[in-house]
Order: sequence, then structure tokens, then C-alpha cells
Amino acid sequence: MKILVAVKRVIDYNVQIRVKEDGSGVVTDNVKMSTNPPDDNAIEEAVKIKEAGKAKEIVAITIGEEKAQETVRKALAVGADRGIHVKVDNVIEPLAVSKILKKIVEKENPDLVFMGKQAIDDDCNQTGQMLAALLNWPQATFASKIEVKDNSLEVTREIDEGLETIEVNVPAIVTCDLRLNEPRYASLPNIMKAKKKPIEQINASDLGVDINPRIEQIKVEEPPKRKAGIKVASVEELVQKLKNEAKVI
Amino acid sequence: MSVLLIAEHNNKEVRPFTYNAITAASQINEDLHVLVLGHQADDVAKSLSEVPNVKKVIHVDNEIYENYIAENYTSAIIKHAENYSHIVSSANTFGKNLMPRIAALLDTSQVSDIIKVISEDTFLRPIYAGNAFATVKSNDKKKCVTIRPTSFDPADKSGGSAEITKSDPAEVSSSTKFLKKEEVKSDRPELGTARIVISGGRGMQNGENFKLISDIADKLNAAIGASRAAVDAGYITNDHQVGQTGKVVVPDLYIAVGISGAIQHLAGMKESKVIVAINKDGEAPIFSVADYGLEADLFEALPKFLSELNKLNTIQK
Repeated sequence: MKILVAVKRVIDYNVQIRVKEDGSGVVTDNVKMSTNPPDDNAIEEAVKIKEAGKAKEIVAITIGEEKAQETVRKALAVGADRGIHVKVDNVIEPLAVSKILKKIVEKENPDLVFMGKQAIDDDCNQTGQMLAALLNWPQATFASKIEVKDNSLEVTREIDEGLETIEVNVPAIVTCDLRLNEPRYASLPNIMKAKKKPIEQINASDLGVDINPRIEQIKVEEPPKRKAGIKVASVEELVQKLKNEAKVI
Repeated sequence: MSVLLIAEHNNKEVRPFTYNAITAASQINEDLHVLVLGHQADDVAKSLSEVPNVKKVIHVDNEIYENYIAENYTSAIIKHAENYSHIVSSANTFGKNLMPRIAALLDTSQVSDIIKVISEDTFLRPIYAGNAFATVKSNDKKKCVTIRPTSFDPADKSGGSAEITKSDPAEVSSSTKFLKKEEVKSDRPELGTARIVISGGRGMQNGENFKLISDIADKLNAAIGASRAAVDAGYITNDHQVGQTGKVVVPDLYIAVGISGAIQHLAGMKESKVIVAINKDGEAPIFSVADYGLEADLFEALPKFLSELNKLNTIQK
């Protein structure tokens, strides 16, 4: 089997987000960037499947500006075999991302496509499902367990009510939950080796897909701030405040 | 043109967030139709026809819709889509799984997880775990929108009498099969709609200690939540997780116990009306959003909290 894993470069999950004063977006200059956390789970799962002898090749792909390559390089360091970087200059919407991925899938013919269930920047949670629709492939979203069978996957999904298990025939799209596995760290020798692994560069404009924005971002603002609270000295005081001041119990 | 809302249900009952989504959908356009895809779900269709905001219910009854498979739902929804300007669902795991599949086939850029309807084409939505709010305008002809249920009040459930029309099923996907659902049954209120939520974090140290939380939840008729750390550590099941990638809750009272308050957790609870934090680390970020902070060892504070609550004779239910 061949697995394509899509990774996205986002503001690191530990960074305190600052909104630009002109309302045009959030500050990204001199801000630490990382791989979108559940995309690390997607790579890890692909590597585990390969280590178990059930996959032959892992291709990591990212779509973004020049520096987005770092995320592919990181994927190569933990076990992906080669990389693809589709260059775009601006931020593009999940629909456009899925159209680009569809073109790449048609070229690469993977059996599985893995990615994180949601990017922590735009919080859209769309790309995997959209790609599945465009390819007319089955989708297994929010996966917390994947069992590889002969020509299918048994996937446990995290849903509001608890857990659901479905079986999807290959080829399929899986979007990964943070609980799917524990992503490994790349060892220094593997980081060095990854530098020699190939990353193919493709210009999005050469793929012949419409990636123009359909959604206008009118403004970005800070959410309303909560009023500062108080510290209470004892449990008794807490209960009294909840009863007599906040009147919630 | 009209709005089509996709109902979430278990073939017997309407799932509660559908009512919140109805409120938002009818703010987009009053001519709101609801699509019920199910198997022997007549009660669901009937309940929804009684919602005053609903103008029409389309009911498709077929065994292929007994379990919710996004692939099968999508083909049925696409069949109806041409009559509507907006396709809407709640932004929980139901709608998150489903809507992008519809949007892609309609060649529409979806607007996810809106918290406010500004106009038919303009919406407010949180980004970066709620650390910024974006006002966005969709320029697609047909709009696909998911709604953060806790940002809208549930619609009134009775007094209406919308017409129910039957419709035929669409094609079934042979490549996805439902195997099983492990649902955690509980007599407690649902986490997403509870008036009071008490949540435990890594500070609980193990699953048994969650008894301290559940005793108080019983007393306050509260739902139980958890941080991702507590779920990852196996203290409690995933359906309790509150946060950016878990559930978003907006109760009247949120009590965070042994939770440090990572931004990913705050994203799921910081809109709560009153927030209490109990943590022994006085520097924990959770105190920055708490209305009432108690710096204390939770293993001493929780039993005491319960005994103080027991002294009150007028706890609101």
C-alpha cells in the first residue's frame, strides 16, 4: 500500500495569538510555526503501518509558502519516504486545498490519504471530507484507532456520544484525532538522513485548478475579554459567592 | 430561497443541538425546511413539524439511513440541494463529518462553526481556538454553513404544524459499512446543554478520583467534563472532553478542577457565564478566566465543597 499524508504549517499550539490592529488577521511575523498537531498523528500512523509491513511507501505533502517545506522535512525525519511541496503564495481555503490534493492523488495513486482532523489555525475541519467527496472515496473522520485489513480499514471514530466503528474499503481518506497515537520525535541521525530525501516542488498554478477565495474575510478582531475575577480564601466563601452573588446554585 | 437544515437524531428522538441549529438557520432565512433521513423515524419527523420555526419537514425513510453514514446522507442531501440557498447543520461531530462532503460536491466553500448570523451571507466565527473572531462573507451562490450550537438558544419545540412530505432515498455507498457504536449511557444532563458542568483535569491523578467530581455532579445535577490530558491519561472516556478539538460548552456555571487551563481547553469553556477554578497552582492560567478562583488542594477542597453544598437546602435544579 501507498499512503499519502497531508501536513500543514500553522502557528505553534503554544503561542498566544495576537490580532493585528488593522483587523486584517493575526500576527504571524516572528511567531513560532509548527506542524499542525493532529497532522503529526497522521504521519505517525502511516509510519507505524509501514513498520508493520502493511505499507510500502509514505509520501508527505504540504501546500503553502516556501517555508511550509519544513513540515514535510519533519515528516521525512520521522519516516516518510519522500515529499511534495505545492507552492501557493496566499492562504487558500479548504475547498482549494482539496482540489489540489485531488490532482496529486490522481498522479500518485495512493491507497490511503491521511491528515489531521482539523487545523488549529482556521479550525475549519473540512479538507479530508472534501477530498473524499471530490474523489468519491469513503471517509473515516476523527479516527482514534485504525486496523488495516486486506482491502479495507476498520476505524474507530471519536463522536459526541462516544465511539463509533466503521469499515471503509480502500482507497479511503482518514482524518486523525490526537488520540490516535503518540507521535515520535525525530532522532538526530534521521533528521540528517531526511535532508537527503527528495521533495518535489510543484506550483499550484500549474495544476489547473481554481483556488481563488470564495469567502471574504471582512475583519478579524479580539474576542470580548472576560472581566477579571477574584480569588476566594475558602470553600465556604466560594459556596456563599456562588449562591448569593453569582446566584448559580 | 429557503434554508435546508439537516436534522440529527437517533430515529426515535431529535438530538438536542438540532434545536439550536434551527434557531440559527431561521435567522438566515425564515423559510426553513428540515430534512430527516432515517429509518422508522416518524416520531422525529413529527417532533420537528411541531417546531414553530420549521415551515416544512422532508422525511426520507429507508433502512440505509438507520445509521448515520456521511456518504449515504450526502447523496440524499445533494438531491434536494438545488431548491435551497443554504444547507445548514450543527457543528458537532455529526455536522463536521457531513457538511464538507456536501459542500465539495456543490463546489461551495463551507463556513464552519458560526457563532452569529450577521446577514444571509455574512457570519461571525471563531478561529485560533477562539482567540480571534473572524467576520466572513460567503460569495458562493449556494452556502454550506455549520452552526456552533451553544451560541444559539434552542428553538421552541411546540405550537407549530409544518407539513411533512415524504421523499425517496438516494444511492447507497457500498464502500462504507457501519459496524458498531459504543455509546456511554448516563442519567446526567448532556454535557453540551447542561446548566452546570464540573470538569476534572490531570490533577485528578486517576480515574477513581473522578468519584469526587461525580458526587458533586450528582448534587448539582451537573454534567461531567474533562480536559484532554485527563482523557488521554484514561481517567475518563472521550465523550467528556471539553476544548478546541472536543466539545464546546457554555453552561451557567463551569467548575474546573485540577485543570491548568491550556488555551485548547479554554477554547471549549471560556464563554461560560460563571467560571470557578480549583487548583493548587496559583499561577495556573485557568485563574485568568475564572470569576472565582480557589487556590487549594482539590483532594481537600472537593469533599468540603460537597459538604457545604449539602448544607444548602435550596440548590436549583
